Amino acid sequence: MSAAMDTESTYSGYSHYSGHSKKAHRQGRDRHKSPRSKDGSRSEKSVTIQTPPAEPLLGNDASRAEEGQDDNWGETTTAITGTSEHSISQEDIARISKDLEDSVGLDCKRYLGLTVAAVLGLLVFFTPIAFILLPQILWRDDLEPCGTVCEGLFISVAFKLLILLIGTWALFFRQPKADIPRVFVFRALLLVLIFLFVFSYWLFYGVRILDSKDTNYQGIVQYAVSLVDALLFIHYLAIVLLELRQLQPMFTVKVVRSTDGESRYYSLGHLSIQRAALVVLENYYRDFTVYNPALLTASKSRAAKHMAGLKVYNVDGPGNNASGQSRAMIAAAARRRDSSHNELYYEEADHERRVKKRRARLVVAVEEAFTHIKRLQAEEQQKAPGEMMDPREAAQAIFPSMARALQKYLRTTRQQQYHSMESILQHLSFCITNNMTPKAFLERYLNPGPTLQYDRDRWFSKQWTLVSEEAVTSGLQDGIVFVLKCLDFSLVVNVKKIPFIKLSEEFIDPKSHKFVLRLQSETSV
Amino acid sequence: PTRSCFIFFSFQQRIEIHKLRQGDNLILGFSIGGGIDQDPTQNPFSEDKTDKGIYVTRVTEGGPAEVAGLQIGDKIMQVNGWDMTMVTHDQARKRLTKRNEEVVRLLVTRQSLQKAVQQSMMS
Repeated sequence: MSAAMDTESTYSGYSHYSGHSKKAHRQGRDRHKSPRSKDGSRSEKSVTIQTPPAEPLLGNDASRAEEGQDDNWGETTTAITGTSEHSISQEDIARISKDLEDSVGLDCKRYLGLTVAAVLGLLVFFTPIAFILLPQILWRDDLEPCGTVCEGLFISVAFKLLILLIGTWALFFRQPKADIPRVFVFRALLLVLIFLFVFSYWLFYGVRILDSKDTNYQGIVQYAVSLVDALLFIHYLAIVLLELRQLQPMFTVKVVRSTDGESRYYSLGHLSIQRAALVVLENYYRDFTVYNPALLTASKSRAAKHMAGLKVYNVDGPGNNASGQSRAMIAAAARRRDSSHNELYYEEADHERRVKKRRARLVVAVEEAFTHIKRLQAEEQQKAPGEMMDPREAAQAIFPSMARALQKYLRTTRQQQYHSMESILQHLSFCITNNMTPKAFLERYLNPGPTLQYDRDRWFSKQWTLVSEEAVTSGLQDGIVFVLKCLDFSLVVNVKKIPFIKLSEEFIDPKSHKFVLRLQSETSV
Repeated sequence: PTRSCFIFFSFQQRIEIHKLRQGDNLILGFSIGGGIDQDPTQNPFSEDKTDKGIYVTRVTEGGPAEVAGLQIGDKIMQVNGWDMTMVTHDQARKRLTKRNEEVVRLLVTRQSLQKAVQQSMMS
């Protein structure tokens, strides 16, 4: 079914948004977005750029005019967002049924999707109420009186609708965490199911009850109750399909960063490739150390030196055999007895020694600095001997004594870009406020931490592209490889199925543990 | 240059021991080890460490066994016709120390070392 949806849509295989030229424009959009959404920052970092949903169309039109310069903008960008789940998949239903073209523009679609979702939700919610109220309004006098049974049914309908409302709110009304290229298949399926279901109920109601003006009111009320029951069951189906199915781990994925080979393993359940990519990215920000381009330059220069100084001369006559020449160069470089491995070894040993020395100096300086500060207890605060400082001032007071050692250490480990003086001061006052020891203060600087720890500007990884040979809405299978690319590096994800485990049992009677001495006697005869 | 090779082979030997009377006992002058109830891996004389046979572990100097030609490391296969390859240690001891027998005839197996010297092709 996902294949059918893919072929019908007119979007390209990947979603790619070129970020460079749009930087200024992007900031404008982000400014629109941030006051509106609750966790705008969180969703902003994940995938492609999202324009704010349901913003006044005027603003969106202005932005669209700017983008007219890039001819491929409409075709290569799929940025879908919304404030509820309904909007994402409703948009896809609208796309399939009406076969919208790209030139309509994304903002219009999003607006449309949101309204369609809201309309469907309200329709579904008020349908049972309408079923019950319409006969009362239209042909009240003809209705058979229906006493306690109907009142009982009214109460049950009311409570079931309340439960349905709370359940839908809990399950579906969530801030979207990310923009994904394609629709969630299960969500679309569920919404189509709900729509058809309610539509058929209305059809039946219209023909059998409204037209014929059925007088059996109890039957009508029971019909409405059956609708609410069925809606609750669809809600159950939604929970199972959307939430429960992927909880049981079925696959192990290995994620390797292309620049430095750092790798991690994660366990996933039955997910589509795009959702698996989302999970991987969420975990990437927490588990992988931050990408530091300054650490990568050494290996490239080594490799360049290895091949340098070799030239190919063709002595046998004219003829430009390029592949033969390059093969000859490679063979010669391999045979050449250079000492680059020696260089690498000594360089690394030297670097380690330097880092350790600087680290020792840093630790000593920080420990000394922390001894100058003492926390005043509440009683002492009244009769303070000297001037009292708040954490920020205390941090500023002790910072100069450790600043130099810290800066030298950061330079040696090439982390100086990630920590500005302001951030260090903030962290220091944070540690002082929370009674942290010098070691706790230093843990942030001694080892590179995960990407989330650092300032957003230094992340190098905010927009991601999913590159996959399979359709991104298809489920994970054993052996699938897909790549998550951002501008500077990429994450290669390899999927393996968790093996089928055959477990058998063996019963050992506790009384069966018996032992015998190893004998070696010697007897003289 | 000469090349020499060592050949291991075992041969059987019949040994007749006359017991010596010492006080109330008749002694043979050697010690045995092994048996089906013992641990064969700790036998230093056996070639196959699963061999649970009876081996001669010590021979006293000047005793009847040494005089008769019994050597240390011999495996006792039969005593007066009784089989000794599948007996317990205690059964073996009993068979050797029967009070009414003055002479025991043993069938022993011995591993022997023979050095054969061969001239090489070159000389």
